[in-house]
Amino acid sequence: MISRREFLQASVAASAIVGLSGFGNWSKLAAQQALTQDQLLQFEDFGNVTLIHITDIHAHLKPIWFREPEWNVGIGPAKGVPPHVVGKDFIKMFNLTPQSPEAYALTFEDFVALGKTYGRMGGMDRVATVVKAIRAARPDALLLDGGDTWHGSMTSYLTKGQDMVNVMNALGTDAMTSHWEWTFGTERVKELVETQLKFPFLGANIFDAEWDEPAFEPYKIFEKNGTRIAVIGQAFPYMPIANPKWMFPEYSFGIREERMQAMVDEVRATGVDLVVCLSHNGFDVDRKMAGRVKGIDVILTGHTHDAIPEPVLVGETILIASGSHGKFVSRVDLDVRDGKMMGFRHKLIPIFSDVITPDADMAALIDAERAPYKADLETVVGTTDSLLYRRGNFQGTWDDLICQAVISERDTDIAMSPGVRWGASLMPGDNITREDIHSVCSMTYGQVYRTEMTGETIHTILEDVADNIFNADPYYQQGGDMVRIGGMAFACDVSKPIGQRITNMVHLKSGETLDAAKTYMVGGWGSVNEGTEGPMIWDVIESHLKKIGTVKLEPNTSVTVTGL
Amino acid sequence: MNLSRRDALWVGLGGLAAAALPGSVMAATNDELIAAFAAGGAEGTGTFTLTAPEIAENGNTVPVSFDAPGAVAVMLLATGNPEPAVATFTFGPAAGRQMAATRIRLAKTQDVVAVAKMADGSILKAQTTVKVTIGGCGG
Repeated sequence: MISRREFLQASVAASAIVGLSGFGNWSKLAAQQALTQDQLLQFEDFGNVTLIHITDIHAHLKPIWFREPEWNVGIGPAKGVPPHVVGKDFIKMFNLTPQSPEAYALTFEDFVALGKTYGRMGGMDRVATVVKAIRAARPDALLLDGGDTWHGSMTSYLTKGQDMVNVMNALGTDAMTSHWEWTFGTERVKELVETQLKFPFLGANIFDAEWDEPAFEPYKIFEKNGTRIAVIGQAFPYMPIANPKWMFPEYSFGIREERMQAMVDEVRATGVDLVVCLSHNGFDVDRKMAGRVKGIDVILTGHTHDAIPEPVLVGETILIASGSHGKFVSRVDLDVRDGKMMGFRHKLIPIFSDVITPDADMAALIDAERAPYKADLETVVGTTDSLLYRRGNFQGTWDDLICQAVISERDTDIAMSPGVRWGASLMPGDNITREDIHSVCSMTYGQVYRTEMTGETIHTILEDVADNIFNADPYYQQGGDMVRIGGMAFACDVSKPIGQRITNMVHLKSGETLDAAKTYMVGGWGSVNEGTEGPMIWDVIESHLKKIGTVKLEPNTSVTVTGL
Repeated sequence: MNLSRRDALWVGLGGLAAAALPGSVMAATNDELIAAFAAGGAEGTGTFTLTAPEIAENGNTVPVSFDAPGAVAVMLLATGNPEPAVATFTFGPAAGRQMAATRIRLAKTQDVVAVAKMADGSILKAQTTVKVTIGGCGG
């Protein structure tokens, strides 16, 4: 552990942090007894513009456990560079102290042990405290939300996003962009945007599907402190492919690089001083876009849930990655003069829920939003002896449990669970409540299908999903992780092209290699096809948990990864 | 008629060849199509813009457009389709801009190619890969 002397040195360093690029400048925090709210918020004001970025909250209003990934494979030029650095390599790259609060917040190492010391993270009432503190120092700060805000919890599902809209309005958000918001369907999105949301819902790349013409407000220009700031929204590009397009058939998305360039040129022509892109592209897509679209000063990235303690520079553009689930808030101070960004200072603020005092107003609002559902949310369905987590390119214990539930409850040979990156973790010994189950599976298309597939079809699906993650060109990556499989083993060579990555598919129960021509009974959830029938996934999990009582998972060795 | 086994084989092969013939006549290869369109024109040094989505939202109707200033004709090819030829656009001297947009059907992931013939007879080529996927899982 860190000594008192080292802590003093670290806090001296903390006042000199930030700004500048390169590794090793992140604030050094001490052990929790020394952690204070002031320390977490410490920031020497800089320049004349402040941006506050939060993204991918996935409707998590309360503090949670969240284990960062053990696997985040980068392909081609992305290999070994952030965000494709995890665990000890991450600690080394950013010069963190092992077992320190920041190592706990940013990596999976010693997660269970460190969790006992440092506690849960996030909570929108704590986020509100941080936002208010930044605004106290910088009244003109812009608060920008990168989307995936309205979806991901039991209350957001039951209120169709209303609880999150109320919270984000109360937080004083200045603009947002979107992804899972659309899974409430076009009508609900329009209703919330037009009658509830007190700030713009930006998306330069949201087009009318019939005429291929812009359909949503692309940008908003803010005047703050005598500076004109353009915020251009970029919604998730692969909306109709990764999520059910029948829920929003009126719209087309896409990266639309030429459109982004046109919007940058348009706002530059009006003489703005700063161009910010509020993006839900995913980090690798944004990194590529930053090198090809000219004139963006700051990209606030989202979608891939990466928390990176320092900005990543691409040419003269800085990329900010602020994590997910309310676990972090980024503060970016900029010196903007004569229509140019002259310098920046940045801090990724970890939201340690036991250290940051909840904002009373926001805490009251959150309690009010939850009150009608309180009994349901808190119903204990089972307990777990195992650590339950999802994040990582392959498998994850939450999905091991979900796949077991599907195989058992739906009587199938094989189960598939979508490789989404949202969902909180649970610690060994924790109760599992209905709310916890919803955290990892809440969605408007959660029906558990049961269908026959040939070995060939299963192979095609695995190849297709793998190419969405491991294609060497980021523009062909949709984000997310590999589909989780139960009842079947396979090998994946991430370095191969599509069609050649997935081999050695073995049906575990029989021990036989999958036959391309033979049919297998497959169960899964989150199908993008219209008319999918079956019980909702959270009911299937609950039913399974009631039978087994306590979750005890064996280590899963069914996936072999090569080509790293 | 008294067919020997050897003759029967020959008949069978002949039948196969005949069956394959219509296909090979109708679907010229991409190289053949480009060669016929180029009509011996040399490859030029300029560039032009071909725009298509990186991943098709619907493989049955993929929006594709090009902007080729100075072109007299532009041929669009879906190189992975059973019939690669999509369309050839010709531009007369009164055309204000040499651009067009259309929607095409793509059978699978493939390169979409546009070949432009310039006023001096030289040829420019642009291509982009469009992925046709069964859909994944968003983050």
